[in-house]
Amino acid sequence: MAVTAREKFDNIIEIKNVTKVFDGITAVDDVNLAVKRGEFVTLLGPSGCGKTTLLRMIAGFEMPTSGTIMLEKQDVTAVPPHLRPINTVFQKYALFPHLNVFKNIAFGLKLKRIPTGETDKKGKPVFRKFTKDEIAEKVERVLKLVNLETYGHRNVTGLSGGQQQRVAIARAIVCEPKVLLLDEPLGALDLKMRKEMQLELAAMHKNIGITFIYVTHDQEEALTMSDKVVVMTDGAVQQYGTPKAIYDEPANAFVADFIGESNILSGVMKSDFLVEFCGTKFKCLDKGFAPDERVDLVVRPEDIFIAPKKGALKGEVVSTVFKGTYYEMEILAEGYQFTVQNTVERKPGETVFLSVEPDGIHIMKKLKTVNEFIGTVVDETTVEFCGGKFEFVNSSGLQKGDAVRVTVPFDKVELTDDEADGCIGANVTQTFYKGTYYQVQVYTDDDTDFFIDTVDEWDMGDRVGIKIKPEDIKVEPVTENAEGDGND
Amino acid sequence: MTEKLVTPDAPKSLKTNKAKRIRGIKRSTFSMPYLALSIIFVIVPLFIMLYYAFTDLDGNFSLANFAHFFSRPNIMAVMGKSFLVALITTVVCFLLAYPLALALTFTSLNRKFILVMLFILPMWINSLLRTYAMKIVLHILDVTNAWTAVTVGMVYDFFPFMLMPLYTVLSGMDRSLVEASQDLGASPVKSLFKVVLPLSLPGIVSGVLMVFMPTVSTFAISDILGDTSTYLFGNVIDQWFRNSGGWHIGSAYSFILLILIAATVLIANKITKGHTEVGGVL
Repeated sequence: MAVTAREKFDNIIEIKNVTKVFDGITAVDDVNLAVKRGEFVTLLGPSGCGKTTLLRMIAGFEMPTSGTIMLEKQDVTAVPPHLRPINTVFQKYALFPHLNVFKNIAFGLKLKRIPTGETDKKGKPVFRKFTKDEIAEKVERVLKLVNLETYGHRNVTGLSGGQQQRVAIARAIVCEPKVLLLDEPLGALDLKMRKEMQLELAAMHKNIGITFIYVTHDQEEALTMSDKVVVMTDGAVQQYGTPKAIYDEPANAFVADFIGESNILSGVMKSDFLVEFCGTKFKCLDKGFAPDERVDLVVRPEDIFIAPKKGALKGEVVSTVFKGTYYEMEILAEGYQFTVQNTVERKPGETVFLSVEPDGIHIMKKLKTVNEFIGTVVDETTVEFCGGKFEFVNSSGLQKGDAVRVTVPFDKVELTDDEADGCIGANVTQTFYKGTYYQVQVYTDDDTDFFIDTVDEWDMGDRVGIKIKPEDIKVEPVTENAEGDGND
Repeated sequence: MTEKLVTPDAPKSLKTNKAKRIRGIKRSTFSMPYLALSIIFVIVPLFIMLYYAFTDLDGNFSLANFAHFFSRPNIMAVMGKSFLVALITTVVCFLLAYPLALALTFTSLNRKFILVMLFILPMWINSLLRTYAMKIVLHILDVTNAWTAVTVGMVYDFFPFMLMPLYTVLSGMDRSLVEASQDLGASPVKSLFKVVLPLSLPGIVSGVLMVFMPTVSTFAISDILGDTSTYLFGNVIDQWFRNSGGWHIGSAYSFILLILIAATVLIANKITKGHTEVGGVL
């Protein structure tokens, strides 16, 4: 993210190259993030993507393995949580069961020291505690803010989920933190309550003007409330932008798939403003790709138009579901099952024509199209990488023991049902449908990710063998200036 | 809103009928063995004790046995000593066990389970055996003061009973509460006193009772490790029961001790009231 000098001045939190490793597993991988003062930023991602770990590092409960966290230009990486002007609303509220509502909220205030404005003999500012009256007044005010005016004397264990939630928020904001962290605070509430609280939280953010950092796995929640959304997966930031930018222009197939309903297809850029998919050329608004570059593209279900007689693609309705204000239809055209939303119902079996306007197609650069590994040459025709020995065509006279860079295109890797048929074993971790083929991600026994484009569908958790034809393995010597950023 | 969701009466009563009977046997039938057990081993002995306490040698109603106690200041002093030793033992056990329980709970050691077992394991060994072992250890260490020996022996014998409830309650405590307190500005020390300690109160009370109650009435430890100067109330009762005519006075003494212990338990329960959701042993 490029930021100008003036904007940077306003950053309340800056996360620089932060990595967190737990027992050899990387939870957060070299994350950089800047949060502006007063913003509502949401960390969004599937469970286990590292968003909560990142939040806990901002709060101070975890120390980054490397990298720095800056709060208002101060390095707070090693500052313990009780000395950070940051407060947290915990996932399960973490209200103190031995204290009533009032005392829960007053907990932080009683510990707080405020400057009196005077200085002692050495010129250091003098601090004092809040008086009982000041505490009572602040607690009353914040109770009013969360609509719990008369609940001060109540026992917290007797409150409903929504009320406990409000007490947790009140307890955190009464301390007037510079940043408020919220760790999936609405997760335990029912749908209706969640919707209400979403709006209330957004309103509260506007009223009190504190910077919010919010963690959720609910994409709708993220889009509804935030100024900015950080989409994370595998410990890394995939995209950082406004909700609209993330929805309209997802940076890659993962973001597109995670945010909202979408049709993700694989296509080829024929020229600037012209893309081909499903055997048809479409006008689009994107340029700057190499001719015939393979790309991912996303078409939102509401951007596909259906006509009975004329259109770019001929298809057949597979199923129709009424969703309240529109119909969601699955339409099979040119081997791809499109999800289409329209207010006009089409019955299953009906033949329809689909068309897409140029602004309905969003082109994304393919993340990667080849697997890259670092390996060593074992003998004249064998190279070892990913813990397995593969035959290859040795055309450049590589010697035994040479370190080499191995590249294998996604579509040249073969998966076998029987692990013994392959050179190495692996587990399927993810499968994306890309229109005409599946992109399968597998995790090998020596902890490497392998990507495979295949027409077969593999299920998550399948145990597979990996086989590659000798002529499809490209082996080059590792040159001195080559960056060691292989997939290792 | 909720009233509408209440199930109609008919199926509800059917359900309760079903729950009360399993294959035609009333559910309460299953409690019979336990009821019989407590009648034979708890209620009946208690009444026998009461009978002896309130009768004289001829079997007539009498309060002389109690008068015997209240007219002897030296016996009352022995009882006071017993309470004092029990109190000291309890406090020492707590001061040793609490930091240990904290360390065991909040440590990230891999072999935590083994460590915990090492401290709990002595409970599996007969207490007389342990006491005799302690006698040898104290002899090797050249501890000659009888009171020190008795106190050390008691702490050693009852330490696991303090540790176990403390460890149970601390390891069951929601960690996010500690994090929440630190998040709100409490230093680790303040967090300990304002959150961890109050929330572990049920465990503390359980531990205190489990150590205090047996130590106040023990006689074996003072018998083995002490001398005539460490004569405790348990020893007094023991002596009365050793001669055939002393059962009446011995029972009265036991009854007085029982009342005092019952009072301590009631006070302790009053302290824990309102903290029950965390769960202790008693």
